[in-house]
Amino acid sequence: MRLFGRPLNGSVRTFAPGGARVGNFRGRMAYFLQQLINGVTLGATYGLIAIGYTMVYGIVGMINFAHGDIYMIGAFVSLVGFMLMGTMGITWVPLACFLVLIFAMGFTAVYGWTVERVAYRPLRGSQRLAPLISAIGVSIVLQNFVQLAQGARVKPLPPMIRGSFELSSSGNFQVTISYLQIGIILVTVALMAGFTYIIKFTPLGRAQRAAEQDRTMASLLGVDVDRTISATFVIGAALAAVAGLMVTLYYGVIDFYIGFIVGIKAFTAAVLGGIGSLPGAMLGGMLIGLIEAFWSGYFSIEYKDVAAFGILVFVLIFRPTGLLGRPEIEKV
Amino acid sequence: MTVPPVLSVEHLTIRFGGLVAVDDLSFEAAPGQITALIGPNGAGKTTVFNCITGFYKPDVGRLTFRRETGASFLLERMDGFRIAQAGVVRTFQNIRLFPGMSVVENLMVAQHVKLMHASLFSVAGFLRLPRFLHAEAQAIERARYWLERTGLVDQADLPAGSLPYGAQRRLEIARAMCAGPSLLCLDEPAAGLNPRESQGLNELLLSIRDEHGISILLIEHDMSVVMQISDRIVVLEQGRKIAAGPPDEVRVNPEVIRAYLGVEDEETAVAVLQGEGARA
Amino acid sequence: MESDAKISIAALVRDAAAAALVAGLLAFPLLGFRLVDSARGLTLDTRLLWVVYAAAAVFCGRLLFSLARISLSMRRPAATRPVKIEAPGRTRYLFGVALIAAAIVMPWLPFADRNIIDKATLILIYVMLGWGLNIVVGLAGLLDLGYVAFYAVGAYSYALLSQNFGLSFWLCLPLAGLLAATFGVALGFPVLRLRGDYLAIVTLGFGEIVREVLINWGGVTGGPNGLSGIQRPSFFGLPMVPAATDGGTTFAQFFGLAFSPNQRIVFLYYLILALALATNLFTLRIRRLPIGRAWEALREDEIAARSLGINPTMVKLSAFAIGACFAGFAGSFFATRQGFISPESFTFIESAIILAIVVLGGMGSQIGIVLAAFLLVGLPEWFRELEQFRMLAFGAAMVLIMLWRPQGLLSHRDPTVRLGTPPRAKEAGA
Repeated sequence: MRLFGRPLNGSVRTFAPGGARVGNFRGRMAYFLQQLINGVTLGATYGLIAIGYTMVYGIVGMINFAHGDIYMIGAFVSLVGFMLMGTMGITWVPLACFLVLIFAMGFTAVYGWTVERVAYRPLRGSQRLAPLISAIGVSIVLQNFVQLAQGARVKPLPPMIRGSFELSSSGNFQVTISYLQIGIILVTVALMAGFTYIIKFTPLGRAQRAAEQDRTMASLLGVDVDRTISATFVIGAALAAVAGLMVTLYYGVIDFYIGFIVGIKAFTAAVLGGIGSLPGAMLGGMLIGLIEAFWSGYFSIEYKDVAAFGILVFVLIFRPTGLLGRPEIEKV
Repeated sequence: MTVPPVLSVEHLTIRFGGLVAVDDLSFEAAPGQITALIGPNGAGKTTVFNCITGFYKPDVGRLTFRRETGASFLLERMDGFRIAQAGVVRTFQNIRLFPGMSVVENLMVAQHVKLMHASLFSVAGFLRLPRFLHAEAQAIERARYWLERTGLVDQADLPAGSLPYGAQRRLEIARAMCAGPSLLCLDEPAAGLNPRESQGLNELLLSIRDEHGISILLIEHDMSVVMQISDRIVVLEQGRKIAAGPPDEVRVNPEVIRAYLGVEDEETAVAVLQGEGARA
Repeated sequence: MESDAKISIAALVRDAAAAALVAGLLAFPLLGFRLVDSARGLTLDTRLLWVVYAAAAVFCGRLLFSLARISLSMRRPAATRPVKIEAPGRTRYLFGVALIAAAIVMPWLPFADRNIIDKATLILIYVMLGWGLNIVVGLAGLLDLGYVAFYAVGAYSYALLSQNFGLSFWLCLPLAGLLAATFGVALGFPVLRLRGDYLAIVTLGFGEIVREVLINWGGVTGGPNGLSGIQRPSFFGLPMVPAATDGGTTFAQFFGLAFSPNQRIVFLYYLILALALATNLFTLRIRRLPIGRAWEALREDEIAARSLGINPTMVKLSAFAIGACFAGFAGSFFATRQGFISPESFTFIESAIILAIVVLGGMGSQIGIVLAAFLLVGLPEWFRELEQFRMLAFGAAMVLIMLWRPQGLLSHRDPTVRLGTPPRAKEAGA
């Protein structure tokens, strides 16, 4: 119920209704371009969350069901951060955004770390479903904790970053890309670059890749697997916090329930891209974002989630390892 | 020999990416005989098995399986479970039991297809009609028979995963036999067995061949097993067949001695191929 | 913490202090500040004292927990314990019988008022759903996170069939089950070849899709408002109302009783009890059939099962369809009990609760599922006054029970056949 009829989980605000469907070719192109921009922005946030899923799945082999709620926590912490900036008198928007980014990443990372330490680590090596049930429990706890602590009502944030470039205009329809959208895309690209560097070139990244291949062997070779897994949760939570911050700014409203459906979609993105693959997570996120934007823009906004899941099922049937996943040879 | 082979492998080729795991392999397994597939590690033996039992699809080649009834099957076109239903049943190099189920339950699962028909896809079973009860009792008797043959009857109600290693190996063979194969494919059945256990295995395999008339295709490193019980041996090296024939021919084949053991010391090589307990 | 015997108080305090620090960090942004939506826009309330409370609470809690653990010399339970296979002993058999007997006499006991019977009915719905999902998750090992979709299909099937075609509950019940099973097959066919966790997410997506369709297909499903005025059940054609509208005989008249609303409540209770027990008997029996063994074999090792001639797709599909069918039955019971259904009753949290019941119960243990349903559905119902904290406690309980018993409350497995006993005796036992 809560998910619908609220401008939270999709490109509602950027969705130009009927009047935008301009008849001529230029108009159609412009409309297309606008949906593309909206989709990429949305996809960037999905991609950042999907990384958390894909990394954890790669190493621990579990669906971190609470990851969507970590993203929700990130959004709330960001909102609190913005209010704190206001009380402290920091009003220069770029500085405020930067400080809030650090604030949100830091505190949300603590949540990620704690969840793993308390609810997942003791269950490592037990039956397959135990961590999943625990994760669902954590998800319920986080949602209700935030609901109790912050109230159930939707929290609005007045738009802070205004203004946009007009890319082209035709008649009554303009293609715009807002500064915020540019910011989101740039931050995502920067994070992806930094993150790829960590995975490829640092000892931590090496440990992560080793643990992903074979946890027992990695620990025999002196990799501190517990610490590596903790680090994975911390990084995943920090990236989710960035996504939470972006969504807070982009949509301007959040509530305690936003994590659920976004979490599912981000996981869908991770699977779509090939679970365990980081570029795959980003690609999957982009695709889910684009599918959602175009579906909302051209068909019906009501069934956009159906579209995203429908495509997931399709991909899994014809390419079960996702788009960039390594094809698995069945070990017999 | 006028009897058609139970299994003919023709021009089998499998590639994994750029690696050619099996290269234009052809051989036959005669009915009622034990055919062994040997070769150094990585020669592609298990890959051949996986093709025969439908886990991999070959890139090139034809695999024909003929039942004693005369029916023949092109295995490369069939799903794994249909191949098993047709009568090619295998065991696995790394034992694959149903560890949480009891020993006798493992053997009942093996008789799934038959029992499923007897239970009219569960309807008769649900109503416990005599037709099903009779089939079930028969299945239990068959399970008991193979448990006795493999010396596991006392452990029948224990979880399969709790058995010691050698017993698990025997249980896997018993399970395969309960599935009613006409070609039994064994992937390293003697691996990890002590000499006494391997001796028992030899006797079991010979009796499966002689008393039950079942053809056996065997991958094995343990030469004391291979040389003693095989009727014919096919030697693979790097996915290719380098020799084939009865054990006496193969064990003196210089090509085999060179390739299989990769040692200059011919004496050791010969000793191993004589089946003196050393492991390749 | 490694050597429990030589642990010093100082180390314990350090450990508790570390936990308190983490708790403080967690509490700082979200408990220390509260976003308030006032007329002037969003403002921030500061209440940093709460952070101190949270840290202090965690400090004490952690310290007490450590001390308790040492004094009771509790060892951490081994994460993997092999599931025991044991024939049902006499005690367990008697316990099952006693439980059923208690359930049957319960409505006639002095304490059983309307409220209690109502709650027992609710618990039984979850017991039935748990037993139904157990076929899919516990036996066949297929992780289904969208089980509630089939429950919804059953509920809407009954509501729509009875409203549009005037069919009675007893006719709708099998139809609803059949429809739900059809949905199960339609979903299962393309996705059952997927690996376990992919299957989980696809079923989860399916659950959401069904709900979204229910919300948006207003013309048929009533949209977010749902369907109301659903026909209440009749006692084999005798309506349970004060006076029959069309001049027929009511239940009370037929049996020469005075009308009382409790009659319907008790009737509904027995109805769901019968449905749940039917589910249980079905499961107990089908486990011993080849199909049931094939489910368990697939759960244990799919490759080995395939190599023995078991068709994985068909076997999984049958588990999926049968599980869905029972959810459909439960759904139509739910619809007739409530008289009103809306998409709100079929959210993901319902799927999560049902799955939690199965896993906490011990994956495959029928009695374990009853216990888990009591814990997860019954207890929170009794604490309704603490409305706000109910779900928080529910989530925390899920985590804690899992940590305490990763294998579930009862983890044992009845053998489906024994060689040690003569064939006749193996039918006995629950």
